[in-house]
Amino acid sequence: MSTRLASGGRLVNRDRAVEFTFNGKRMRGFEGDTLASALLAGDQMLVGRSFKYHRPRGIVASGAEEPNGLVNLGEGSMFEPNARVTTTELFDGLTAGSQNHWPSLEFDVGAVNAKLSRFLPAGFYYKMFIHPRPLWKHVYEPVIRQSAGLGKAPKDRDGERYEHFYAHVDLLIIGGGIAGLVAAKAAIGSGLRVLLVEQTAAWGGRAPVDGAVIDGMPADQWIAQTVAELEAAENIELRTRLMGAGVYDHGYVLGYERVGDHQPGEGLPKHRLWRIRAGHVLTATGAIERPLSFAGNDLPGVMLASAVRDYAVNFGVSVGDRTVVVTNNDDAYRTALVMKEAGLDVPAIIDARPEGAGALGAEVEAAGIRVLKGKGIAKVKGGKRVTGVATCAMAGEGTAQDEIACDVVAMSGGWSPVVHLWSHCGGKLVWDAEHAFFRPDPDRAPTGADGAGFVSVTGSANGAMTVADVLTDAAAQGAAVVKAVGGKAAKVAVTADAEDAAPMAPVWMMPQGAKYELRAKMWLDYQNDVKVSDVQLAAQEGFESVEHTKRYTTLGMATDQGKLSNINGLAILSDALNQPIPQTGTTTFRPPYTPISMGAIAGEARDEIFQPLRKTPMHDWHHVNGAHWEPMGHWRRPYCFQRAGESVEEAVHREVKNAREKLGLLDASTLGKLIVKGPDAGKFLDMLYTNMMSTLKVGRCRYGLMCSENGFLMDDGVVARLCEDTFLCHTTSGGADHIHAHMEEWLQTEWWDWNVWVVNATEQFAQVAVVGPKARKVLQKLGGMDVSRDALPFMGWVEGEIAGIPARAFRISFSGELSYEIAVPASYGLAFWEKLMEAGAEFGVMPYGTEALHIMRAEKGFIMIGDETDGTVIPQDLGLNWAISKKKEDFIGKRGQERVHMTDPDRWKLVGLKTVDGSVLPDGAYAVGEGSNANGQRTVIGRVTSTYHSPTLERGIAMGLVKNGPDRMGERLEFPKVDGSSVHAEICDPVFFDREGEKQDV
Amino acid sequence: MLMLKCPYCGVVADETELSPGGQAHLTRFGPGASDEDFESYLFMRENPKGVHFERWRHSNGCGKWFHAARCTATLEVFGTYSAQTVEPPEEVRAAITAKRPGWSWGEFS
Amino acid sequence: MSKAVTALNRAAYDGYVRIEDAGLCGMISLRGDLSDAKVKKACKDASGQAMPKARGIVGSLDGGIGWMSPDEALVLVPYAEAPAAAARMEMTLKTAHALVVEVSDARAVFTLRGEKLREVLAKVTPADIAALPVGELHRTRVAQVAGAIWLSDETTAHLICFRSVAEYMFELLSRSAMPGAEVS
Repeated sequence: MSTRLASGGRLVNRDRAVEFTFNGKRMRGFEGDTLASALLAGDQMLVGRSFKYHRPRGIVASGAEEPNGLVNLGEGSMFEPNARVTTTELFDGLTAGSQNHWPSLEFDVGAVNAKLSRFLPAGFYYKMFIHPRPLWKHVYEPVIRQSAGLGKAPKDRDGERYEHFYAHVDLLIIGGGIAGLVAAKAAIGSGLRVLLVEQTAAWGGRAPVDGAVIDGMPADQWIAQTVAELEAAENIELRTRLMGAGVYDHGYVLGYERVGDHQPGEGLPKHRLWRIRAGHVLTATGAIERPLSFAGNDLPGVMLASAVRDYAVNFGVSVGDRTVVVTNNDDAYRTALVMKEAGLDVPAIIDARPEGAGALGAEVEAAGIRVLKGKGIAKVKGGKRVTGVATCAMAGEGTAQDEIACDVVAMSGGWSPVVHLWSHCGGKLVWDAEHAFFRPDPDRAPTGADGAGFVSVTGSANGAMTVADVLTDAAAQGAAVVKAVGGKAAKVAVTADAEDAAPMAPVWMMPQGAKYELRAKMWLDYQNDVKVSDVQLAAQEGFESVEHTKRYTTLGMATDQGKLSNINGLAILSDALNQPIPQTGTTTFRPPYTPISMGAIAGEARDEIFQPLRKTPMHDWHHVNGAHWEPMGHWRRPYCFQRAGESVEEAVHREVKNAREKLGLLDASTLGKLIVKGPDAGKFLDMLYTNMMSTLKVGRCRYGLMCSENGFLMDDGVVARLCEDTFLCHTTSGGADHIHAHMEEWLQTEWWDWNVWVVNATEQFAQVAVVGPKARKVLQKLGGMDVSRDALPFMGWVEGEIAGIPARAFRISFSGELSYEIAVPASYGLAFWEKLMEAGAEFGVMPYGTEALHIMRAEKGFIMIGDETDGTVIPQDLGLNWAISKKKEDFIGKRGQERVHMTDPDRWKLVGLKTVDGSVLPDGAYAVGEGSNANGQRTVIGRVTSTYHSPTLERGIAMGLVKNGPDRMGERLEFPKVDGSSVHAEICDPVFFDREGEKQDV
Repeated sequence: MLMLKCPYCGVVADETELSPGGQAHLTRFGPGASDEDFESYLFMRENPKGVHFERWRHSNGCGKWFHAARCTATLEVFGTYSAQTVEPPEEVRAAITAKRPGWSWGEFS
Repeated sequence: MSKAVTALNRAAYDGYVRIEDAGLCGMISLRGDLSDAKVKKACKDASGQAMPKARGIVGSLDGGIGWMSPDEALVLVPYAEAPAAAARMEMTLKTAHALVVEVSDARAVFTLRGEKLREVLAKVTPADIAALPVGELHRTRVAQVAGAIWLSDETTAHLICFRSVAEYMFELLSRSAMPGAEVS
């Protein structure tokens, strides 16, 4: 059983107990524990069930590479799935629950899959569940989904908060082990901005666990001293709990900081996403130990040798009483020594190498530990926990020899440098045959904006496998990267004794010639239940590319992305393909290094600031007065102002009637207002608009159309000439920024010799459309400006004051009514609006929203950008030929409109549509004609672009684009509906109301 | 995530502060142009693996359009320069030649 | 006459950095050749300040000039004086090719106060705020909207954005300045 040792544990504070629960069971750990160490201290080795076979799974590792220990953390709004027990720091009140088991962790129905594992090989689901097709959706998928999957999606809103932080540094060092610390020392006093980050809560990495002696000091002492030295350096910032998650182009790095994870309820952000721009990145990310492939290597109690040692040294936790070490290298001997020193039993070290270890071999012998050389494990015995191992000769097919009783198997298949961050942005790897691993190829670094490499690697991530080598490499790399970003490196000399180690021997399968029964029990990927036999089957079936094998077998997928399994898997694949490992290569390393929370990615962008919400000066008034909102870009505009007891539709109809009969107010502040000035302003606007703007008289307004170079209509609006060389161009609400950018683009990149300036004054003004037969009366009542027909005729504008507020009034109408659009400084917008409401009371004033606006313009046959246009419509399609100048030699879109397809007489053109029964046509409905197309679909000859119930005409009205439409007045078209029935409508003139325009020009 | 120096305000801007504007150095063809010329102006674009000339706007910044010469394969930036020119300036061409001898792009080399 | 109000009506938030609506500020946008003598004179007459160098900002909210781009300056004057100041500038520039537009009401202005204001700003903008010198006007992206930022001293910063997103900006900065969210 696993338990807390009487003493030891360099990271835990035994004076502070911490309470937590696992699957409802109350447990205790110490401050400084990870959830994994606390679980093991409480003899909870079993933490989950595997993905496919639901086999019992225990903790394997002690760090980010852990494949099995994934739990649900917290409850309700604090729920978090797939938390790794090895990287979750313990805190008071932590609640954890295991995943992927049903009905319980101890007894799992799905484990029957394990008995059937012979019949569930790689690709089983693909092969089995393809036919018959109809069963897929309703039978196969729901059942498979029920039994598969890791964790559950949270049901509640996330109650935590998150944020981003942008940091700019000359040098970013990722990894706070001894390599990162030594490299950082080179930057002391350099004046460079340096950020050193460590993903765990502690500095120093593995060195203290491995008993390193640095500069004659125990590692812990050297680390404390060095960290203090670095902290004293003004130019270096040190941060723990900050993981380098991804490296991207031009020195962009994402860092994932776990701010509040270990101290919830303190009001801290849970996570902070660091968005770092670094001149150079040095990764000192260490190495990860590899498992060995032997039969039964997935039983709880089979662990990485380094993890067994970590739990003992860092947390004072013994993972078992009797530990058998199985290895192909010297390093695992340290685990045997640590366990022995802790007073535990180490019955044997099984070393695959016939020659055994170097100096450490002598040490274990002195400690009285038996070493079996040239041996392997034939099979691990046990069910939910290891009970023993059967040994065999490494050579041969695995005939069992001795049995050794034990409750822990500490395995080591060698180490793999953590090359993820190096590889994210294109760094290439070389195969190091001596150590049997891929390490970064310094000649093929990821390159940055200047074409030079911007990522370097040091320490064991760079393939240095002894303390002495790590220190030497780190000092050199530290100096090199400081120089690379233009600094002067401090002299760094840190030493450790060289080690006398025997070479490791690559062991990809144990024993070498294992028979099928054994291979089918050798797990490569614990999380995804991929075995040696599965990869061999994939190769046999032709999935020869490592990327294909990954997808076919799921090797290296899911949350751990094969941190443990990759190298072993591709070695097996290489062997099956009979090719060297470098030829097989690795799968692509993609960010993030370990999963990061969605919350961290979203940062502050949630709830009311998920997106910027643009508000007009009258926004809050609208809100108080019943606005039913409609999003328009980032703006919210009132769709209508709903009264108590009224439906949305009733409100809209009331607003239309009131504006037609009395007085309506529309908040038109969102309309774009661009000021265009200069000696060439007229010439410029003639190029921008299809019609002639240069002839517009000062004091007058003109409706204009803007097209793209393609000829397609992109915006419309009223242009007012403010003075000889200055125009005010109104754009659509959604078009202000876009049209401003469009103008700047042409001025800056094509006609830069033209003398024109543009300023976007959209938000300087609040704009109110005062609409209806009583519009003049209310303005006269407010006073200050002559708004009579003579002083301010239709399509004119004047400037002055209304009700004491500076104002510009435009006599323009989008409703067909007598209408003034009045612009006042935005800071007076609300005051002006309220004055209008107050003064308008006696005239029956009502505010109206965008839907009433839409209906009134449709009654008048006015087009709306985005309804009648969709990026494929030219003004000619809409019968707007009157607004296209024939005199101008050129305007943007003119050449485009001359293309054959644009002048085709069969183009769909704008018409009005009146349903025969007076109903409202469905929006977007298509009209069908005779015959059908090659796919057997009915020929379409037109479509509805705008459709409303007109309260004025008390019937459905619509506009649409119809083939040869204007030539077919009075013809009836059929519009099939979604329910299979059809509605018929008659083609008519699009102007439904006040054709002569008498109402607006009074 | 690119970083480009705006030649107008001198700020080294993050990609999120910039708006891309497609291929640089297009010649506008208007009324009277042949179908072929108009098509080439509107639709035909270089799609190189390597040296490329692009337009960018410092939209969350000084608002200026500028040109950038960069490598589409490695994202190396050879230089940024004024939008108000019909060809890459000599120093930018020289910088490209230094890094990518024998390069060519459209009519330039 | 009615009272003019900012979008936030002088709201303030006391976090680990104080965020406040700076109130009504007079602002005039000038497009023109900033090296032109008449342009310089017009800006100086309005603000009492000389034209700053590229990216510079001189003076204060009550009288200052910010360099916005090679052909754009932002002239700062007291709110009530902005219309008259803009009119005077137009007179001065009558024969020059320049555009003067009052934009006081188009914007929201924030003041940030506190030792760690650079940190709060660095949560929302990709600009290198840690290295931003006092007196430099940096136009950048602030979360999802455009903004201009400058420090008038080490513990006072100003931020200008569009008026319509004033509430977004206030909430954004307030969350960033929430106690407990200190980075250092």
